[in-house]
Amino acid sequence: MSRRTFSMGGVHPADNKISRDCKIEVLPIPDTVYIHLGQHIGAPAKPIVAVGDKVKVGQPIAEPGGFVSAYIHSSVSGTVKSIAPRKDLAGNPQMCIEIAVEGDEWMEGIDTSDTIVTDFPDDAKTSLEKIKAAGIVGLGGATFPTHVKLMPPPGKKCDMLIINGCECEPYLTSDFRTLLEKGEQVAIGAAIIKNVLGVDKATIAIEDNKPEAIKHMNEVLTNLRKLSSKYAGISVMSLMKKYPEGGEKQLIDAVMHRQVKSGGLPIDVGAVVQNVATALAVYDAVQKNKPIVDNSVTVTGECFPKQANLLVRVGTPLKYIIDYLGGMPADAVKVISGGPMMGKAIANLDAATLKGTSALLFLTAKQTARGKEGNCIRCGKCAEACPMGLEPFLLNRLSRAGGMLDELEKNAVQDCIECGCCLYSCPANIPLLDVIRQSKAQVMGVIKARAAAAAAAKK
Amino acid sequence: MSKLLVSPSPHIHASVSTKSLMRDVVLALVPAAIVSVLFYGLGELVVLGTSIASCLVLEYLITRYLLKKDNSVGDWSAVVTGLLLALNLPASTPWWVVFIGAVVAIGVAKMTFGGLGQNVFNPALVGRVFLLVSFPTYMTNWESNGGLFGIADAFSGATPLGAIKEGLIALNAGTPGASTLSELTSQYGVSDLIFAHLGGSAGEISAIALLLGFGYLLLRKVVRPYITLSIWGTVALVSLAFSLAAPEQFTGPAFNLLTGGMILGSCFMATDYVTSPMSIKGGIIFGVGIGFITMMIRYFGSYPEGMSFAILIMNATVPLLNNWCHQRKYGRA
Ligand code: SF4
Ligand code: SF4
Repeated sequence: MSRRTFSMGGVHPADNKISRDCKIEVLPIPDTVYIHLGQHIGAPAKPIVAVGDKVKVGQPIAEPGGFVSAYIHSSVSGTVKSIAPRKDLAGNPQMCIEIAVEGDEWMEGIDTSDTIVTDFPDDAKTSLEKIKAAGIVGLGGATFPTHVKLMPPPGKKCDMLIINGCECEPYLTSDFRTLLEKGEQVAIGAAIIKNVLGVDKATIAIEDNKPEAIKHMNEVLTNLRKLSSKYAGISVMSLMKKYPEGGEKQLIDAVMHRQVKSGGLPIDVGAVVQNVATALAVYDAVQKNKPIVDNSVTVTGECFPKQANLLVRVGTPLKYIIDYLGGMPADAVKVISGGPMMGKAIANLDAATLKGTSALLFLTAKQTARGKEGNCIRCGKCAEACPMGLEPFLLNRLSRAGGMLDELEKNAVQDCIECGCCLYSCPANIPLLDVIRQSKAQVMGVIKARAAAAAAAKK
Repeated sequence: MSKLLVSPSPHIHASVSTKSLMRDVVLALVPAAIVSVLFYGLGELVVLGTSIASCLVLEYLITRYLLKKDNSVGDWSAVVTGLLLALNLPASTPWWVVFIGAVVAIGVAKMTFGGLGQNVFNPALVGRVFLLVSFPTYMTNWESNGGLFGIADAFSGATPLGAIKEGLIALNAGTPGASTLSELTSQYGVSDLIFAHLGGSAGEISAIALLLGFGYLLLRKVVRPYITLSIWGTVALVSLAFSLAAPEQFTGPAFNLLTGGMILGSCFMATDYVTSPMSIKGGIIFGVGIGFITMMIRYFGSYPEGMSFAILIMNATVPLLNNWCHQRKYGRA
C-alpha cells in the first residue's frame, strides 16, 4: 500500500468499481447525433457548417468562439439537419448541431488503424497546433481547452507534468480501462505533452486500488524507454486511495508536496495536470490526426442491468446508450453524469453526450437518500474531511446568518472546490455544500467586482 | 418513465448519523455500567434506570410541548446524558435525587440553550455538580452491600481521593497518630485502581472498563484522542513535578491518573462534541486547561476531586477557543 497522499482532509467512500472488469466496447453509431456548441469552459464554438451540408467523421463543424474556446468536429458522417437550441443534460436549451447519420466515412488524413505510432515530432509548435485543431479539452471534468493550458503565461516555468490517473470517484472505471487497454497511447500522449511544455519530468499518478494499471504502465514505460530517449523522465507514482485525490490541488500536493496559493494556478507552483483521457486524445491528435469524435463512458450502478465501459461517439443520445444496455431500470431514481461525489444529476435523458461525459451512474432512492437535517452537533467531522482545510460548519453558520460576505471571505469560502466531502461526512445531514456553493458564488462575485474596479482605477 | 430526481452533489452519504454516533457512545459505556452494577448491586441499577428514563422522558416532553419542535428522543443523545449522569453518582443516591439531576441536566443545561448542539456546558456534569452542591451528603456516600454475587466486600468509606484529602488535613494539623501520605496511598494498589476498586461513583471504579469503551470509540473514529491525551499529559506532568518537590504533601501521577473521575471525565465528558473545541489546536489547549485546573483543585481546593469543575470551567472557554484556533487551510500560510 502506498502512503503518499494529499496532506489534509479527504474521505473514503466505498469504491464500488463494479464495471472495472468490463473491457471498453465500441457502441454502434446511432441514427442521429446532437453535438452541442458549448462542450468546454469558455466561449461556445461558432458553427462553420450550414443545414443540408454533408459532413464526414472528424470534419470541423464549429470553430473557437474566443481565446478560451475549442474546435468541434462531426463525430459521424451524414447530413446536417438543424442548427438550433436543444435541451442539454440539465434541461437548459443550448445551441446544437443535429446530424443524420449516413454510413461511417472519415475525413482524409485520419489514421483509423490500431497501429501504435511511437515517434512524435520534436517541434512543440507542430504538436500544439494539432492539439488545438483537434478540439482537445480537459477530459477530467473541467473541460478547459487543453492548448490554452499548455501555453504557460510568460515568466512561469513548469517543473512537472502530472498525468491524472487517480479516478478517485467511486464507480468510475473508464480511465482505469483506458490505462489497461491503451496504456501505450496514454504514455506516448504524456511524452508529447511533456515535450510541448519542455519539462524534464512527468508523473503518471495512479491510486493504489488499481495495482494492475500501475504494473501495466510501468511495463509500458520500460518498453518505450528502450525505443527512444524521448521517453526518459516519465514515471508512474502510486498514491494512497483517498477522495478527492484527483482534484488538481490535492494531486499537486500529493505528488509534488506543493500547495497552490488561494486564487492561484497550478503553474504558479510549476505544475501542469492533464487527465489520462486527455493524454490519449493528444496521442490521437498528434500521431493519428484524429480529433475528438468519441470518448469512453462508464455506464454503471447496482440497479443497472448491465455494467459497461463504452466508446461512444460525441453527441450520442443518452436514451440510445441506455436502451442498448437493456433499458432504464425501474428502481433508478437518479442518473448522474460523472461520479457520485461531484457528478451532476441529469434532468433530461433525451440529451446527448459531450466530449467530457465520463460516466452515466444510476442510483436507487435508497442509495442517494439524504437523511433528515438535524442540529449541528459540533463534531468537527466536516472540517476533518475538508481537503481545503476549511471549516464547513462555520461557513454554513455564516451563510445562513445572512449578510456575512466579509466573514465568509475571511474564512476562505472561495477556496471551496465543491468536492462534497463535508456534506458526505456530516452526521446531522446538514446540506453544507448546498449552502456553501451559494455563498461561494456571492463571494466570488465580490472578488471579481473588486478586481475589475482595481483594474479600472489603474487606467 | 417517472421523473428523474435532480438534486445537487454529492449524491451519496457516509453511513454515519448523529444517532449512530450516540449509540456508539452508549455501547462504549456499557462495560463500565456492568462493572458498577456488579460492584454496587441492584441499587446501581435503580440509579441507571431512573437517570436514563428521566432524561428520555424529559427530552420528549420538553421538545414536544415546550419547544414545539420535532422531538429529538430518537437521536440517543438523552440516553448518553442519562448514562453519564448515572455513572457520576453514588449507587446509593435516592431515585428522586437522581431525577432532580436529570431535570437540571436536560431541562436546564441542554434545553434552555436550544437542545442538542447548542448547549455550552456538558449537561450530565451540570446535573452532577448541581447535586453535589445541593445534596452533599447523598453525593459522598459510597456504601456497597457487597454487590451482586458477593463480588465485593461490604464497604463503607470515602473515595481514594477523599481519604487522602482527609488524611493530609489530619497530618498537617499535627493530629497524633495521623498516617503519612505514603501510608495513605499504599492502601490503594495500582492494579486495584486499574481493574476495579470500591469507593467512588459508578463510573470511577474501574479504569479498565472505561478504557475498553474509549478504545472502541477511537477505533470507530467517533472521537479523536488529542483532548484526552493532553489532559493525561498535563495531569502526569503537574503531579510528577509536585510529588517530586514535596513527596509527603502531593500524590503522584499514577494515583492521580487512575482515581476520581479522571478516566470517565477525560474519555467521555471532555470529549463531548458539543462542549469541546472544534479544532485540534483548541482541543489541546482545552485538555491542558482541564488537566491543570483538576490538579490545582485536587491539591489546593476544598473538594478532593476537581475533574467536573475543571471540565465545566473549560467548557466556558470553548467559544473563545473556537474563535482563536482554526485548522490550517490549503495553500494559505
Ligand atoms: S465541498 Fe468545499 S467546504 Fe466541503 S469539503 Fe469540499 S472543499 Fe471543503
Ligand atoms: S459534520 Fe455536521 S454536525 Fe458535525 S460539525 Fe460539521 S456541520 Fe456540524
